[in-house]
Amino acid sequence: MTINRKDATAGALFIVLGIGFGLNAWLTLDLGTNLRMGPGYFPMLLSGALILLGVVVLFHALSIEDEEWGHIPWRGLFFILLGPVVFGLTLEGLGLVAALAILSFITSFASIRVGPVLAIALTIGLTTFCVAVFSWGLGAPIRLFGPWMQVVGLGN
Amino acid sequence: MDLIHNLEIGLGTALQPANLLYCFIGTLLGTLIGVLPGLGPTATIAMLLPITYNLEPVSSLIMLAGIYYGAQYGGSTTAILVNLPGESSSAVTTIDGYQMARQGRAGPALTTAAIGSFFAGTVATFLIAAAAPPLTAVALKFGSPEYFSLMVLALITSVALAHGSILKALAMIVLGLLLGLVGTDIYTGTPRMTLGFLELADGINFVAVAVGVFGIAEILRNLENEREREVGVKTVTGMMPTRDDFKAMSGPIVRGTLLGSALGILPGGGSVLASFAAYTVEKKISKTPERFGKGAIEGVAGPESANNAAAQTSFIPMLTLGIPANPVMALMIGAFIIQGIVPGPNVAVERPQLFWGIIASMWVGNLMLVVLNLPLVGLWVRLLRVPYYVMFPAIMAFSAIGVYSINSNIFDMYSVALFGLVGYLFFKLGCEPAPLLLGFVLGPMLEEHLRRAMIISRGDPMIFLNRPISLGLLIMAAIALVVVFLPTVAKKREQVFVEED
Repeated sequence: MTINRKDATAGALFIVLGIGFGLNAWLTLDLGTNLRMGPGYFPMLLSGALILLGVVVLFHALSIEDEEWGHIPWRGLFFILLGPVVFGLTLEGLGLVAALAILSFITSFASIRVGPVLAIALTIGLTTFCVAVFSWGLGAPIRLFGPWMQVVGLGN
Repeated sequence: MDLIHNLEIGLGTALQPANLLYCFIGTLLGTLIGVLPGLGPTATIAMLLPITYNLEPVSSLIMLAGIYYGAQYGGSTTAILVNLPGESSSAVTTIDGYQMARQGRAGPALTTAAIGSFFAGTVATFLIAAAAPPLTAVALKFGSPEYFSLMVLALITSVALAHGSILKALAMIVLGLLLGLVGTDIYTGTPRMTLGFLELADGINFVAVAVGVFGIAEILRNLENEREREVGVKTVTGMMPTRDDFKAMSGPIVRGTLLGSALGILPGGGSVLASFAAYTVEKKISKTPERFGKGAIEGVAGPESANNAAAQTSFIPMLTLGIPANPVMALMIGAFIIQGIVPGPNVAVERPQLFWGIIASMWVGNLMLVVLNLPLVGLWVRLLRVPYYVMFPAIMAFSAIGVYSINSNIFDMYSVALFGLVGYLFFKLGCEPAPLLLGFVLGPMLEEHLRRAMIISRGDPMIFLNRPISLGLLIMAAIALVVVFLPTVAKKREQVFVEED
């Protein structure tokens, strides 16, 4: 028997998400009536549809050929997703300049072709460019230096 | 002549110096990202959306529109010179376009693509201008039941015309609808499915979702196999097609334009489907189909006209009904909302300058694009030497600043990372992100109209079948759903997209 792992996983995921949304709606929200639908009515309806579709996708997976997953770029995945998280953690404390530099530096390493020297060059170039365009050019209302930067005598 | 009068109003707005400038910036950016593979108009518009907050409404919408149709021009350059689709809608152009380039006919191929796109853009502009007033008039009569049924139809056809598994696309729509409902219920003020996060009280940030599933997931896909781009053709000489070329391209351009215009209006259609369908048609009706794949000029002219026509006519449902036909239009709706304008039939009535200004700017923008793309092609070729690894951090930096500036909310950065991961996971599972995003945008609207309709009908769901327009729309949705599941159609549907692999 062949099973298509991609479709089977997708189907299972849809079922799990459908149950999750459905339970949330059922336990925490008022369903209401047909006439006066409560906040939980439509989510409940959609959760049911998602579970149903998940089941069909899962069963359909049993009848089709398997596919390869293909290569997964673990290094890229790590650095690319880490970038915005660290940017979020540091932006209000360090301000735009430093947070942007950290983001550029981290995400530079996503590519296997980039080493430390190139990453530093990319960081300097990109930070300068972004501050010039977004902050000075378009007037984006983000502080350049945050409160944490007072230690080194910048910001306020 | 209402049409002429309306276009005069539009040109009056579009030709103001500031709007000309933003139109130029939009088309320039569009060409740029069109040329660069790996960065599409959806992600770009999502990143730039927040920045348009400070601009005049007309200027910002003119610029964003320019990015979308500009990308259709730029995509063909990469397809012809590098054998890589700069834009997914140019994927079929690589087949014959690159062969023409190898035979030393890159110049005529580029010119053909530009002429086709310009012709298509001109026709599509007039088509929008002609179709908008009657559609707006109909839409103004719509009540909640009609809107509900219309959205159901839009969602179903968007699945039918997309490629890949229909079942998974349907599930992605439902998931998108659910994600769109996260936030505060407008009727009762109850927080829904927020898992206790106060930051989610206003819902999940739409731009964060779009940047995540389109921008970041796209980067991760590119990282799967990093390779150098080889610019196959270093210099382009002799742009002028021969007289025979002109003769051969005229038919495909007209057919591509018509086909593209029709497919662009349909939800889920858009430029990608249009280019594939146009190529299939040209190959089928050609007397010498064996020339296709070996540098047939028809294989460049048809798809390139079709994708530009479709990119523009997909504005019709968005401008007149307020309903997005594809993710780019969903973002355009976001741009309207940022400017405090509710998209829908009222825009044409209440803000004619804005409405007609956008339409007229498309023709102006197409003119600029011909100039940008033909004489400056050398510049774009050089741009292709920019290595990928420079683009990854750049896209991440632009996205971060863009998403943060919408609400100045740190939480949105975590949403970006999460939806990037989710988008990539779904790509790995063979699920398309476009239906998810459409569902996400339509979720709250769909629910609101459902609830209102039920109040009107005193809880009787038959209201959707008792009102003739609503019934008609639902019947069309049912037919569309049945048709795509018919075995013969399902097979055809696969064939249309088969050239992509």
